[in-house]
Amino acid sequence: MHIPDGYLGPATSGVFYAVMVPIWIAVSNKAKKMLKSKQVPLLAIGAAFSFLIMMFNVPIPGGTTGHAVGGTLVAILLGPWAACIAVTVALVIQALLFGDGGITAIGANCFNMAFLSPFVGYYLYKLISHNASAASNRRMFAAGIAAYIGLNVAALAAGIEFGLQPLLHHTANGQALYCPYGLNVAVPAMLGEHLLIFGWVEAIVTALVVKYLQKQDPSLLNVDEGVK
Amino acid sequence: MKTINKLWIGLVVLIILCPIGLMLPEHFKAGAAWGEWGADEMTSLVGYIPKGLEKLSNLWKAPLPDYAFKGWEEKGMKHLSIAYIASAVIGIGLTVLSMFFLGKMLAKKDDK
Repeated sequence: MHIPDGYLGPATSGVFYAVMVPIWIAVSNKAKKMLKSKQVPLLAIGAAFSFLIMMFNVPIPGGTTGHAVGGTLVAILLGPWAACIAVTVALVIQALLFGDGGITAIGANCFNMAFLSPFVGYYLYKLISHNASAASNRRMFAAGIAAYIGLNVAALAAGIEFGLQPLLHHTANGQALYCPYGLNVAVPAMLGEHLLIFGWVEAIVTALVVKYLQKQDPSLLNVDEGVK
Repeated sequence: MKTINKLWIGLVVLIILCPIGLMLPEHFKAGAAWGEWGADEMTSLVGYIPKGLEKLSNLWKAPLPDYAFKGWEEKGMKHLSIAYIASAVIGIGLTVLSMFFLGKMLAKKDDK
């Protein structure tokens, strides 16, 4: 889901930077209010985990690859604003150092994976797990379902961003200037592969870590602190 | 042991295991992620390289493109795996440093 340089036209890239700047400012302000010093190591681990889980490419035999992102998991542990910061840092380092995701597409990639995915995932998790006890299985399932939908919303957004390009930018004879596939191809491809395979990876990873923490240290699940 | 230390250990274990993310796609003959094709793949898919894409795709020269070392691309899975693990160590090292730096700037100091 890391959109490379060249797949989005300058207008789309610019719009998503413009959308992300106020979001980055808002989540930083939220962090100034909410983040405690003792939570910083967990936040660092969350960012590192997101970075790393994105390196575990899962193949569709004979087809493409994809991966989990871990945004919903970090959001469950530390809040969606914290997850937004953590995944943003991972994505920026991936783009600058490893060419994974374009530098012009950092805005769009962060919108999909660092904003949409953890925020959708977090509020779904809250909704589904609503006042379930810290140790309950419902909390684990809520985490899995929320992570699945959170990642698929991001995939849908990426599909739309890809798919708009041939409409926005093409030469006089109809050749695309950027991503050559329209909405009719890009949306089913991006959403389909995440609904079928990669979303499940995200769901299982998230549910397993939540299950582990339920046994190990339920205080990390922040059940009592309400919406953050 | 404190949970947070167990999580750090878990992270190290995952770093060592990360070449799985290279080997599985190779084993199952899976190509690039959708929408992340290189020039050759693009040409074989749509018959041409979109002009704007061609221009922008060379905008940034990442020091470790695709989590690999330059010149090691043809050396086989063992070398690729070593470079992949090294990339994970570098990337995660920088990620963790950045987060501690940001955390120091943003977090409240008073309430422990």
